[in-house]
Amino acid sequence: MSKMHVKMTVNGGEVEALAEPRTLLIHFLREQLSLTGPHVGCDTSHCGACTVDLNGKSVKSCTVFVAQANGGAVTTIEGIAHADGTLHVLQEMFREHHGLQCGFCTPGMITRAYRLLQENPNPSETEIRHGIAGNLCRCTGYQNIVKAIRAAADQLSGKKEAAE
Amino acid sequence: MIPAAFDYHRPASLDDALKLLAQHGDEARVVAGGHSLIPMMKLRLAAPSHLVDLQDIAALKGIKDSGGAVEIGAMTSQRDIIQSAALASAIPLLKETAEQIADPQVRYCGTLGGNVANGDPGNDMPAVMMALDAVYLVKGPGGAREIKARGFYHGAYATELKDGEILTAIRIPKPPHSHGSAYVKQKRKIGDYATAAAAVVLTMSGGTCASAAIALTNVGDTALYAEAAGAALAGTSLDAAAVAKAVEAATGIAQPAKDARGPVDFRKSVAGVMVWRAVEIAGRRARAGR
Repeated sequence: MSKMHVKMTVNGGEVEALAEPRTLLIHFLREQLSLTGPHVGCDTSHCGACTVDLNGKSVKSCTVFVAQANGGAVTTIEGIAHADGTLHVLQEMFREHHGLQCGFCTPGMITRAYRLLQENPNPSETEIRHGIAGNLCRCTGYQNIVKAIRAAADQLSGKKEAAE
Repeated sequence: MIPAAFDYHRPASLDDALKLLAQHGDEARVVAGGHSLIPMMKLRLAAPSHLVDLQDIAALKGIKDSGGAVEIGAMTSQRDIIQSAALASAIPLLKETAEQIADPQVRYCGTLGGNVANGDPGNDMPAVMMALDAVYLVKGPGGAREIKARGFYHGAYATELKDGEILTAIRIPKPPHSHGSAYVKQKRKIGDYATAAAAVVLTMSGGTCASAAIALTNVGDTALYAEAAGAALAGTSLDAAAVAKAVEAATGIAQPAKDARGPVDFRKSVAGVMVWRAVEIAGRRARAGR
């Protein structure tokens, strides 16, 4: 039961480390890579605070072993902002529309919303609510989160049209 | 919550996976999406010394249409099922059920094979597979064999699957185009198991129900095939008296445990309501020709 050699792409950069296979991806990210954006909320795959993007899918990193993610590509909230430090439109819209209060769910919420908009760039309010059903927020009542995601969708599609 | 330590294996082929299982016996477990097994390992309700991850075995993924039946690879995710337009048209019940399983993140990982093979009475697909009369394709050291969903489940986490065997695919006979189906699930919140749920598949001929199959989720040690409930509908016009008989037959076999979802009588009653609603929806769909 020795440590295994783990290699993956995290937020665009190559990462290599030794880890026990039983290490959960959330602990690997937080404790070995010091990426403390994704949070441990419930630790039982209900709350979604630990959501990261793994190979183009939103996953709850408290329910994925680092061994399963070996060789994959991970994006955390730290990889959502642009390289020059300016915020992603989703982050801007969460700020603009008060899509957070205490902020604990926000990294998972935005990482999930990021994948949702990749797959469905123009979601209805119902589709947004279904799309973030795996992310719990104890503060906002979700209204402003939904508004923020909808506003980000508008901005992103507007940008695309302007570029075309 | 930290699971017990294990050695991790990621075989590239089914043969290699079977060899690993043969080598390590009951010390080994296969992991598909992991969203049943990993929570159990975190609670140390399961502590395999060897974890055999099936994610790299391409032969276990995908949806194949063979005309009369659809064969779905065991590693096909719930999301893949939801996204398949061909499947939504051939067997719409699968998409309807998959959409009611957990939440988006879990559906990216969770697989059809894991859902049916784990033997958790709370999982939704076993009852659906019973209603559809699906067949599980299994490979083991002794070769390949086929097991009917209706005969697969012996108790909670106890199934017909033997040590060393791997579920490779699920074969589902296509119901006639004119069938109607529904999966109706009562749950307290997103991500919860069913208080009770019912799967119904029926066919109508003229105004008469030609055949009906009904199965229940999470009101017993296993999913329950309610044969008498289906039989109570056959030959009727799905009139109120016939539906009441089916509901009575279905609740008669329900043996839910008292838990946070409610006391026994309540959960039985909910099972009846789920059957009643599912029959009504399936009947309406069959009459509408979908």
